[in-house]
Amino acid sequence: MRLTVQHRTEYRYSQPIAYAIQTLRLAPRSNDGMAVLSWRVRGEGRSELPSFVDGFGNLTHCHAVNRPHDFTVVTVEGEVETRPGDGVVRGAIETLPTGFYLRMTPLTAIVPEIAAFAAEIGDRLLPVDRLTALMEAVRRRVDYRTGVTTTMTTAAEALRVGAGVCQDHAHLFIAASRTLGIPARYVGGYLWTGEAAPIEASHAWAEAYVAGHGWIGFDAANRTRPTEAYIRTAIGLDYWSAAPIRGVRRGAAEERLGVSVQVMSTQQ
Amino acid sequence: MPAVYADAFDETGLPGPCLPHYALIRRWLDETPRDFLLHKRREAELLFRRAGITFSVYSEGSDPERLIPFDIVPRILCAEEWARLVRGLVQRVKALNAFVADVYHEREILAAGKLPAELVLLNDGFCAEMQDLDVAASAYVHVAGIDLVRVGPNDFYVLEDNCRTPSGVSYMLENREAMMRLFPNLCAKHRIAPVSHYPEELHGTLQAVAPPGCTGEPVIVLLTPGAGNSAYYEHSFLADEMGVELVEGADLVVDDNLVFMRTTEGLRRVDVIYRRIDDPYLDPLTFRPDSLLGTPGLFNAYRAGNVTLANAPGAGIADDKAIYPYVPEMIRFYLGEEPILANVPTYRCGDPRHLAYVLDHLSELVVKEARGSGGYGMLVGPHAAAAERACFRAKLVARPENYIAQPTLALSTCPTFVENGIAPRHVDLRPFVLSGREVRIVPGGLTRVALKSGSLVVNSSQGGGTKDTWVLERLPET
Repeated sequence: MRLTVQHRTEYRYSQPIAYAIQTLRLAPRSNDGMAVLSWRVRGEGRSELPSFVDGFGNLTHCHAVNRPHDFTVVTVEGEVETRPGDGVVRGAIETLPTGFYLRMTPLTAIVPEIAAFAAEIGDRLLPVDRLTALMEAVRRRVDYRTGVTTTMTTAAEALRVGAGVCQDHAHLFIAASRTLGIPARYVGGYLWTGEAAPIEASHAWAEAYVAGHGWIGFDAANRTRPTEAYIRTAIGLDYWSAAPIRGVRRGAAEERLGVSVQVMSTQQ
Repeated sequence: MPAVYADAFDETGLPGPCLPHYALIRRWLDETPRDFLLHKRREAELLFRRAGITFSVYSEGSDPERLIPFDIVPRILCAEEWARLVRGLVQRVKALNAFVADVYHEREILAAGKLPAELVLLNDGFCAEMQDLDVAASAYVHVAGIDLVRVGPNDFYVLEDNCRTPSGVSYMLENREAMMRLFPNLCAKHRIAPVSHYPEELHGTLQAVAPPGCTGEPVIVLLTPGAGNSAYYEHSFLADEMGVELVEGADLVVDDNLVFMRTTEGLRRVDVIYRRIDDPYLDPLTFRPDSLLGTPGLFNAYRAGNVTLANAPGAGIADDKAIYPYVPEMIRFYLGEEPILANVPTYRCGDPRHLAYVLDHLSELVVKEARGSGGYGMLVGPHAAAAERACFRAKLVARPENYIAQPTLALSTCPTFVENGIAPRHVDLRPFVLSGREVRIVPGGLTRVALKSGSLVVNSSQGGGTKDTWVLERLPET
């Protein structure tokens, strides 16, 4: 499936600020299930932004505006060719051993509630079945609702309030999977939602490692394994290491964020 | 409680005849009236206060501008003793650098099964952000403070390696300065190897690790968390001595993946940052998002190869207390050599067999937090009250993997000027080892002394003091 992405993030400030900088993890790298045909990450009035590859293997761009400004914009334009698959990631760049992804982070801290939640999954024989059951359980326990959680919400908090967005589903899935001794990680990307109203074209899900299979994607928010509608852009231990945009600005002003994301299929 | 451990090795040779390198000092101590020493000690205190050397201790109620007590009796090492230490230190620091480089690239040491993979991969000190980054000269631990203790004439042990932002070198320099002013004649009678070129050596080390793209004289800065930091004096002292700018995070700005410093003449490109800010606070865009101390985007510029950070982020994996027991194995693995300096036998309490032994021998052992520093959260078994031991027993049972234990070493003693005159007190030694394209060490280091009678804890936060450390190029004529 051929998918194009147009992603525009506008920053408007109530008065000029002196400086702003963003780290962007918005550029996919090809794997067996997805060929990146073209991809550009640009700042306002500039050609492509300087980039580097981070420790997880993510292509990372840096956008800095070092002059007084009350508006700036970051745009992403790209096209990929995806193939139908079973949600198993093959041929991706792997920089770190699977055992690394058993680490805890503040957002995926394992507290008694999460350990108890993971224990409810029961003793299914096959790890893949356990993970599928976990995905279902995460979605059952955490209702999809926006505005309840933030980027600072931990897996344990999302479980407690019983509501959240894809990021919270991913965190809870990851924390529980690691509790079960299964390496798991956070994935950020884009999702083509087809004819349906595009609720969340910027998306997040999880991957878990099962020996004999490899890294398998689990999108608990949508109760599915990733399909050809998914564009995988960044991986990390949790939201903070895979965040699509992390920014800091200098100057006292209110920020108004304008985000538009369009993921389209060009072969319909 | 005894003043010192009965079987502790005294570096002057007591109870036997005085060793030749201490002969002149011994005589001087015997001949000098106590009042004169008292007078000199007060003079020393004035010198330090005037220089503004203070050390803030993280405990409530104490004077935040407290001086670390300075003992006017020097600690002396002869040339042969020092030569052997240098060989051991160079070897150890080379292995530590090789280990960090390996850990963030191929991890051959894990593949070879020399240490458990999870000990590295799940370690708080492991910094995934460093993976696959090639740093200048493969140097990660540009400044190492290796803490040594001595238990016999030829028995030095490495107590711990400090590979992150070790401090104390300003005391080494100021102590020497003070001794030269207080006792010019005594100093002149000894052939003391100089230490005053340390800032030059550090500067040379930092220059040598400028990014490959840097042409011409690299611009070096020292990055400090600010005046509130306990080691701020040292930061400003070293910047001054090296002739480089002392900057805080807000003085730097990142644009186009390059680092600039704000100056009165505008922005100036920075090539090498000797940073004394801990990893988590370096860059809110990569590490702790709530950090206000660092510079946003700094790590991006580093990762893009446009600036050198010294010490490298993630170097702390090499000084983790759970990794420490494997350093001798690293030396064999990377250098193919037998370790010259010994490790203290260490029990990892996360191992059930080790834990059982530790719980049975609490009254003989020193128990430390695997990630603690500064002598806090530590149990010195032989000195602890029963209640304190019981408290540690509970902690050990609850979180065994957080602790290591070591035998209580009878640290060597040196003559020290205390209330009752000259008496032996336990000491350790922190030499500073510099790694750029080569390894450099100035002769000596910081000697810390436990001033409290019978105490084995030399940390300044726990009532320890410091001494000048003399490496003699030649034995004194007596």
